[in-house]
Amino acid sequence: MSTNSITHHVSDDVLLAYVSGHLPQPYAVVIASHLSLCDDCRARSEAHAHAGGVVMETGAVSDVSAALKSRLFDELDAVFEQEPEYEANGPYPAPVMAALGGAQPRWKHMGLGTKQAILQHDKAGSVRLLYIPGGMAVPDHGHNGLELTLVLQGAFRDETGRYGVGDLETADGSLEHTPIAEPGEACICLAATDAQLRFLSLVPRLLQPIFQI
Amino acid sequence: MITNRTDRRGDTEKSKKVKTESDPSLDGPRKPDMLTQDHHMFASVLEPAPSFEAGACVVSLEKTGPSRPQRRSTRPRICAKGPTDVTSPSTDSPSDQTQWMLKVRDQRDKAAFSALFDHFAPRLKGMVMRSGASSAQAEDVVQEVMLKVWRKAHLFDPERAQVSAWIYQIARNQQTDHFRKNARPVPEALKTPEPPEPDASHVIGLEQEVQHLKRAMAALSPDQRQMVEQAYMGELSHSEISEATGLPLGTIKSRIRLALEKLRHEMKGARS
Repeated sequence: MSTNSITHHVSDDVLLAYVSGHLPQPYAVVIASHLSLCDDCRARSEAHAHAGGVVMETGAVSDVSAALKSRLFDELDAVFEQEPEYEANGPYPAPVMAALGGAQPRWKHMGLGTKQAILQHDKAGSVRLLYIPGGMAVPDHGHNGLELTLVLQGAFRDETGRYGVGDLETADGSLEHTPIAEPGEACICLAATDAQLRFLSLVPRLLQPIFQI
Repeated sequence: MITNRTDRRGDTEKSKKVKTESDPSLDGPRKPDMLTQDHHMFASVLEPAPSFEAGACVVSLEKTGPSRPQRRSTRPRICAKGPTDVTSPSTDSPSDQTQWMLKVRDQRDKAAFSALFDHFAPRLKGMVMRSGASSAQAEDVVQEVMLKVWRKAHLFDPERAQVSAWIYQIARNQQTDHFRKNARPVPEALKTPEPPEPDASHVIGLEQEVQHLKRAMAALSPDQRQMVEQAYMGELSHSEISEATGLPLGTIKSRIRLALEKLRHEMKGARS
């Protein structure tokens, strides 16, 4: 499941943070999903892993105890359960299916046909699926910190361009944008934020605590 | 070319030496066929990072225009290698580490796994302790990582990853899992329809790329080396680095970028 028409990719600093394990979990779900769809960025991430491998190879060593090796070798023949390997399902890449525990998303209606399904919402930030009918707008909002939005189905446009399947929009706190789903097929996005989003129009702001956007 | 397995450090030194002596392309004059090697696997890493600003997206969108015809295979290569990329195929064979890992993958060879352990465990422990873990905690993580290496060996593809890169990625994920207690999201595994028969020229080509990077890394100033280590092995996030050092985030980022830029130039120098 890879798409060759992707034009909006993950920036290098976000990618490095992902590869080195520094990226908070909600963003990591989005980046792992993008890499599942984008061969170029997967190759870039693997190149970063090579740089990491070199740094590890040439970095400090610390002698390990003999007990460690014998404990490890005792475990080699133990029966074990392979961790579940999730696969893409419909528009949802494997990392989204993993976050859903293999189930279909449980949508909550937000009015005017727009729906969301929250995958994670805690101190580390939040990551959610958004379902926006064709031609509909996501409420105009600003936000604090980094927001990553990956298109899984359909397409949207905002002040910064057009985003189709596999495209990743990286927005920092200064961007106030109005994503509008293209007419036709509903747009499904995976969006991660690290802060409560700030809505500019009054009614959505009142609804914000309810929707947890 | 499996050499002395019991003497970990001696072995490393030997294989380094062998590599240097047996691969004249690394130090010798630039060979004509290397001129075609425009596509460098690390180019994307070492390019200045794309701008965070959303405005940059507009530019890239408009420059790209209509979608190009599909031309890549569904199985991406970390480096696109043609036969001309391998400068001296007869003088080299895959590294000891790669051969050990393939024996683990294909034959569940415990002696080979032992050799891998002897090489990587102290380095893994060093990396985990660098993140602030105690010696005992670090050994727990090392045990988990090496067990994953054993259990996930079927996913190792020497054409896409050097053993050190593959283990590094497993380790960083495991380290996060261990301390944060939630499974790190990973991309969907690429499907390999039949057991991949490694193409030695691809494997060796990748190893040569990494040798270039290794040499470039060795030429960094201590300051730059520290930034690169922090980026790849540190526990702190970028904003936390900023707090720890009192330097503004932008400075940190640009220093990391400078270090990566220098790497790229070093690599160009090494290949010219």
